Amino acid sequence: MKEKTQVEDIDRSLYDFRYSDEDSMKVDEGLTEEIVLQISEEKNDPEWMRDFRLHSLDVYNKTEMVDWGPSIEGLDMDHIITYVRPNTNRMQTDWEDVPEDIKDTFERLGIPQAERESLAGVGAQYDSELVYHNVKDEVAAQGVIYTDLESAMHGEYAEMIEKHFMKLVPPTDHKFAALHGAVWSGGSFVYVPKGVNVEIPLQSYFRLNAAGAGQFEHTLIIVDEGAYLHFIEGCSAPKYNVANLHAGCVELFVGKNATLRYSTIENWSKNMYNLNTKRAKVEEGGKVEWVSGSFGSHVSYLYPMSILNGKGARCEFSGVTFAGAGQNLDTGAKVVHAAENTSSYINTRSISKGGGISTFRSAVVVAPNAKGTKSAVSCESLMLDDISRSDTVPAMDIRCADADIGHEAKIGRISDEVVFYLMSRGMSEEDAKALIVSGFADNVGKELPLEYAVEMNNLIRLEMKGSIG
Amino acid sequence: MTKEILSIKDLSAKVEDKEILKGLNLSVGEGETHVIMGPNGAGKSTLGSTIMGDPRYEITSGSITFKGEDITGESTDKIAKKGLFLSFQNPIEVPGITLSNFIRSSLENKTGKHIRVWDFNKELAKTMKVLQMDESYAARDLNVGFSGGEKKKAEILQLLMLRPELAILDETDSGLDVDAVRIVSEGIREYKKSVGGALLIITHSTRILESLKVDKTHILADGKIVDSGDGSLVETINENGFAKYISEEQ
Repeated sequence: MKEKTQVEDIDRSLYDFRYSDEDSMKVDEGLTEEIVLQISEEKNDPEWMRDFRLHSLDVYNKTEMVDWGPSIEGLDMDHIITYVRPNTNRMQTDWEDVPEDIKDTFERLGIPQAERESLAGVGAQYDSELVYHNVKDEVAAQGVIYTDLESAMHGEYAEMIEKHFMKLVPPTDHKFAALHGAVWSGGSFVYVPKGVNVEIPLQSYFRLNAAGAGQFEHTLIIVDEGAYLHFIEGCSAPKYNVANLHAGCVELFVGKNATLRYSTIENWSKNMYNLNTKRAKVEEGGKVEWVSGSFGSHVSYLYPMSILNGKGARCEFSGVTFAGAGQNLDTGAKVVHAAENTSSYINTRSISKGGGISTFRSAVVVAPNAKGTKSAVSCESLMLDDISRSDTVPAMDIRCADADIGHEAKIGRISDEVVFYLMSRGMSEEDAKALIVSGFADNVGKELPLEYAVEMNNLIRLEMKGSIG
Repeated sequence: MTKEILSIKDLSAKVEDKEILKGLNLSVGEGETHVIMGPNGAGKSTLGSTIMGDPRYEITSGSITFKGEDITGESTDKIAKKGLFLSFQNPIEVPGITLSNFIRSSLENKTGKHIRVWDFNKELAKTMKVLQMDESYAARDLNVGFSGGEKKKAEILQLLMLRPELAILDETDSGLDVDAVRIVSEGIREYKKSVGGALLIITHSTRILESLKVDKTHILADGKIVDSGDGSLVETINENGFAKYISEEQ
């Protein structure tokens, strides 16, 4: 057997550009009560939020570091800057008013173009603050609220936010949830009223520009009874030699008979610690659909969780994780069946290459009262060489006899036979392999809107790009 | 004698440590139709794959020349671009690309030119009709969930669309019912008619050959061509089998 492929490291020039952050306002490195209070003041928090931050800081200080996943030793909290306000006074709703370098960043990432062509609304976050937020008139006319969380806290939805903020993911959940509670900034608030069907997706794009900084955006989405929403988030950052941290938090409340689809294409640079927490609570007859592509970051801990709280609630999770050289991506999903006749389907693919480590971790919990639960978990891994690694850690906690639970795992390599078949029609080896990997990740690709599926396949192509020697 | 398009000299090849081809010689002229028959395990499929540059087979000696160029050890995609085609015995399911997009990108790879979707789709629909393939297959992922017969038809569809100068058909008729064999044969005749390329047909049976003019028949046994003749050799094999060649080897 001949060994022919050498795959180079990814060409990230598309994402890997940066601007000076001289003009922006930053807090000092590290985490102290003064810094938390400074952020709180900067953000003009209501009193309950300031107290919440201080409480979270207290929890943070009392909580042990996680010790069960990939190493986060390279992350020195004493040097992370938790708040960087970009050089703009306030959030803009007119794209022309966004400062030039920030505007250029998002132009290069194709955000305004995507808004014009295929989105109902867009939010763009640069470092710690939303710099732009806009929702199409016809969507706003349906009563859909899509805004930044900070201003929403002072408006007519103040009570709704206080009632839901970090109730699904309390600061006591884990150390980085506590950190998030203390220093969060930016993110979005979405409310879709009863029975409203938002036909085209809303999108948030998160860009972390400043070196050594953390991004702690909070996304709170409430989809009321019988409503439908598709929300897309994208993230990227340029590469720095110092560690950056992303500890965002996503809380999704899916009402009775409502459906929320939450899609993510994550492409953080490879110095990023991505310690993100996402959770959905689904009421009777409701459904949450997660579509998740994880490509970037140095270390990821990401396990979107669905709590099926009402009868007949459903969850579908489609994920793909691609771990290249220097990446240790620990991803998966968690489902809690807390009511009768709930169902979940988790379908993930992980790819590892160039010594990358990809771990799939899942948990299915079935409560004693959750009669008639159905759950199926399927994970497939593809290892592209001998030095990469792929692990599967499925956990199940079934406390109800009347439950139908299935788990299936497969690990494989790219078959030489398939490469030969594709090449026999004139396709290069590199293209053949990229095609096979894209096909393998098709469980996510086919769930994404076309533009995002194309972006995902481009990311795969970039990761696979190399020379044949 | 027509001009030689494929010339194989003293070719030996092995997979892992097992030698399968043992000094094989073969010459095919432009536009000729050659048939290769032989007992199971003689190396027939290996020959097809080795010509096409399958990296699983290591060439230990000899040479393969196509259109006067040495292609021994050349990579498969380059060999394909020179005008060689292999119809697989077991076409592989590839999720992530449709049959139509695969053929179009193969054509673009081969010609180095952009092909207009409109023109391409028209040509594809016409060719699928010849093969009695339902048009819906064009939009399905390559071979995924196709029946055995549809997979073979999809191979012939690629043959007709890519228009190679030499096509190797590896057991294209195996596992097909009578109707499917008839349709596939029709496709092969269409290739001869519209492209006029050379054929190297690896087969067990004679059903696929019935309406084709065969120029030469070769018997492949134990990694070598042990006998060659005209089309009538096929009849002899049909009556007497390969016993004669196998006993000679022992």
